[in-house]
Amino acid sequence: MQAILEQQAKERIASVIARYFDRKAQNGRLFINLGVGIPTMVANYVTNPHIYIQAENGMLGVGCAAPEGQMDHDLINAGRTCITETPGCSYMDSAASFGMIRGGHVDTTVIGAFEVDQRGNIANWIIPNGKQLGVGGAMDLVTGAREVVIAMQHSSKNGKAKLVKQCSLPITGIGEADMVVSEYAVFVFESGKLVLKEIAPEISVDELRGITEAEFELSPDLHSM
Amino acid sequence: MYGEKYRSIEDAIARVKPGTRIMVGSFGLAGYPEELIEALVASGTGDLTIISNDLGAPGVGLGKLLTNNQIRSLIGTYYNWNPEVAVAYNEGRISVKLVPQGTFAEAVRAAGVGIPAFFTPTGAGTELAAGKETREFAGRACVLEESIHADVALIKAYKADELGNLVYYKTARNFNPVMAMAADTVIAEVEEIVPTGSLDPECIVTPHIYVDVLTMRKS
Repeated sequence: MQAILEQQAKERIASVIARYFDRKAQNGRLFINLGVGIPTMVANYVTNPHIYIQAENGMLGVGCAAPEGQMDHDLINAGRTCITETPGCSYMDSAASFGMIRGGHVDTTVIGAFEVDQRGNIANWIIPNGKQLGVGGAMDLVTGAREVVIAMQHSSKNGKAKLVKQCSLPITGIGEADMVVSEYAVFVFESGKLVLKEIAPEISVDELRGITEAEFELSPDLHSM
Repeated sequence: MYGEKYRSIEDAIARVKPGTRIMVGSFGLAGYPEELIEALVASGTGDLTIISNDLGAPGVGLGKLLTNNQIRSLIGTYYNWNPEVAVAYNEGRISVKLVPQGTFAEAVRAAGVGIPAFFTPTGAGTELAAGKETREFAGRACVLEESIHADVALIKAYKADELGNLVYYKTARNFNPVMAMAADTVIAEVEEIVPTGSLDPECIVTPHIYVDVLTMRKS
């Protein structure tokens, strides 16, 4: 097993998800919502013009990050980053924006997570330590989006598995995860089971099991990332 | 010259008494009524319940109200941008009620449109649904959420006409239009007040029926 540096890991996760979206959008328009962190980076890698980004603070048709000197602090995404408009973009109030999400009109949300377990439960809103007090749109997004893609590094900063048997942290949604992309692997949930679809060249299946607490099966078409 | 609803920022904020439940539009520092908040901070009015998405940052925007000890309780969604909130909560100085953001927006909207409560799948089975009625619809667990109403709403809009019709600017819109429907007294801070009839009726987001007081930014 070969270590992957943090920045390279993040870029790989974002580019693998972007590739998935580019392929998916070949069948028609694709509406996606990107969470804070690695998910936001996905926007830098997608190339298909039929992909539209929704920001839950009230915008459809989010463009790239605003360049230095062109920042408008009333034009931000949900991570408070100054962004730009795309042709055909629109604004809506927060209730309409979450209506769009909860109503199932947004195809996919990409979010980070502290833990995901083998039943698809997601924990990404709070680490109980008394320092955090916030849920934001996490619960609405995992419940409302038709597909939930988890973008996360395979292990925590102190080396603990993040794909676990059972979430130990307070959950955001029950059985809502559909796909998990880390720097080492792509997993999907199929019929309630975690299935390995793609694996990185730096690691073997046995080594992957060593750093993954959750139990997973191998897809018949398992291939390299 | 600015219509019957026009008041100075100070006159408008004088309507806020100690103990008031105040709704404030904002997402981070986008779309919050900055000069109304400055005046509220200057007034020192305390014991307030602030209903907003977040609380700015320490000593910035809505955060000033906490730094200045004017807050008794908070209802909102995300306070991680202002760590002073968790500190004040842990010390027992304020109460905090967390609501998922989409549920929060819908609960405010519901109050404005006369719906006392609604079922939503968001949050079902999580800590934030503890103690709330849960019922299954089409095989999916849903949580009963009550609407959120306020005594006063402080709104930030881009432009108003003299009647109080409001239009917004980009993502500064956020919670403002729903909050403008959900309070007994609605005070809007705008950048410009234009003659009635000069806003395109197709573009008005908040019709003037909802707006009680109009104020204009000095800067």
